[in-house]
Amino acid sequence: MAAITMRLPVPRKAAGPSAPRGGEKHLVAPGDTITTDTGYMRGHGTYVEEEKLIASVAGAVERVNKLVCVKALKTRYNGEVGDIVVGRITEVQQKRWKVETNSRLDSVLLLSSMNLPGGELRRRSAEDELAMRDYLQEGDLISAEVQSVFSDGAVSLHTRSLKYGKLGQGVLVQVSPSLVKRQKTHFHDLPCGASIILGNNGFIWIYPTAEQKDEEAGGFTTNLEPVPLSDREVISRLRNCIVALVTQQLMLFDTSILYCYEASLPHQIKDILKPEVMEEIVLETRQRLLDLEG
Amino acid sequence: MAPSAPSRLGAGGGQCAGAGEAPPCVGGSRGAVASGSDARAPEAEERRRKQKNGGQRRESMASVVLSEPEKLYIVHGVQEDLRVDGRGCEDYRCAEVETDVVSNTSGSARVKLGHTDILVGVKAEMGTPKLEKPDEGYLEFFVDCSANATPEFEGRGGEELGTEIANTLYRVFSSESSVDLKSLCINPREHCWVLYVDVLLLECGGNLLDAISIAVKAALFNTRIPKVRVLEDEEGSKEIELSDDPYDCIRLNVDNVPCIVTLSKIGYRHVVDATLQEEACSLASLLISVTSKGALTSMKKVGKGSLDPESIFEMMETGKRVGKSLHIALQKILDEEESLGTSRQKVGFLG
Repeated sequence: MAAITMRLPVPRKAAGPSAPRGGEKHLVAPGDTITTDTGYMRGHGTYVEEEKLIASVAGAVERVNKLVCVKALKTRYNGEVGDIVVGRITEVQQKRWKVETNSRLDSVLLLSSMNLPGGELRRRSAEDELAMRDYLQEGDLISAEVQSVFSDGAVSLHTRSLKYGKLGQGVLVQVSPSLVKRQKTHFHDLPCGASIILGNNGFIWIYPTAEQKDEEAGGFTTNLEPVPLSDREVISRLRNCIVALVTQQLMLFDTSILYCYEASLPHQIKDILKPEVMEEIVLETRQRLLDLEG
Repeated sequence: MAPSAPSRLGAGGGQCAGAGEAPPCVGGSRGAVASGSDARAPEAEERRRKQKNGGQRRESMASVVLSEPEKLYIVHGVQEDLRVDGRGCEDYRCAEVETDVVSNTSGSARVKLGHTDILVGVKAEMGTPKLEKPDEGYLEFFVDCSANATPEFEGRGGEELGTEIANTLYRVFSSESSVDLKSLCINPREHCWVLYVDVLLLECGGNLLDAISIAVKAALFNTRIPKVRVLEDEEGSKEIELSDDPYDCIRLNVDNVPCIVTLSKIGYRHVVDATLQEEACSLASLLISVTSKGALTSMKKVGKGSLDPESIFEMMETGKRVGKSLHIALQKILDEEESLGTSRQKVGFLG
């Protein structure tokens, strides 16, 4: 039976007096004066005009000793060494792949930074170069780590560990990079029955938990068997929960996603995306997170 | 939203073999096997696609690139009636409809279906009736793919898609019973109302035509055409007098206006309201336009894959069923909005 719901649009509510977290944040818009004190060094997101320090992006002001910078709330991904990213191959070039990671420039994955199947360590030859497309094609998804950042801001990736590599079946959710909390580990096996990779660049990959843990292939053999229905339901529910958290501007990390999942269990999976259900679930999640902190 | 230079596409209201239309393809570009193509297993299709070329295929619709395992996941999910966002095969995403958003039009509507955002404005202007239909008014469609939707639409990039959609709309509204064109006539052979329907694509999130047809119906429901009187002089010259009261106007009867339902074939089953990712997995789709009573006014097959005649029949039945529910839901929301009257809080674009 077809289910079609139509509704009239509701004006967005200003985020009410919900818990002010950890101190007052000094929020600025482009053009706002941050300070007129000339003793500060200007950092990213600021510029000097007529002896005043003015913000050039919309975000929160951060002060470290004498350095003042503005961290933008919604921005493209700016790579930092050691970040985990999930990216999509856009081009196959000589000796390297171009990867799309929601940053200002395409990221680069050099052939020498890629693990060969079987985990062998050897010098890359001409045959490897010709066989590049057998490893990764346009459209493939990979998980990788940032090795270095070029001077123009482009990011160089590497997959030199068995936990990185080509991704198999699953669902990708694209969110703003500023909503992904920096943690010690970004690979989580959630107790609800699915696994998740929280890329620092805002690409979140949800996939069914692999049965066996020891994979020497380094992620090159993709399992093309159909995923069972129970796993699919968990993955769809997680995907909708993440979309709900993002719509309500909550930081994404394993605990918040898990609490949101548990709060959504009484509802049907497709109902989670309805605005009123979304608000209810996220409110409950927020409450549980506050109880956890306090 | 001024229809300053509406492109006169094709003959008035009739058939349209527009430039953007894909020729109905039988068996795709692979030649040999014709009708049994969708009986082949999806895995064989994957292997064939891999061998073809690894590069991106540029299509006129705004599309996303997916990896093969991702596509496989979506196809298997559809087989089990559980799509990526938890919907069933016949469920629509949550839609938001608002009318009267553009103040200087005769009628307007905005529809948000998931990530797809469409704005339609209708302007009623005086014109001369067409020669072959002297006692009827007519509709003109113009579709603008805004560069806001995707950078591909910058400059003239969105023209091809816009022409294709406009031709589809002409075809859908070509049936005589859709809109009562005789009510748009003022003076036979001399004056009639021309309704310029302008569609603006603000965001592409899959399933464009369904959202556009919903918005067009809502905009036509919202259209208010000023009442005119024809005064005859002694010499026989006719004068048109506009009523002084700005609220004295005629409304269109939209009971028979059809809505488009796009059914995309994914694997062995078909889905309604496909997202961009699902559209990337579907090789062939069927577009049918259904009226509120369940009557089909037009049908079009798009995509480079082929469809078995039996599956076309199944898809048509699904489309009629879904179309009827769509009309009921839309009419309900339009009546609700109308009943709120002036107390309705207009959300518009900055809400």
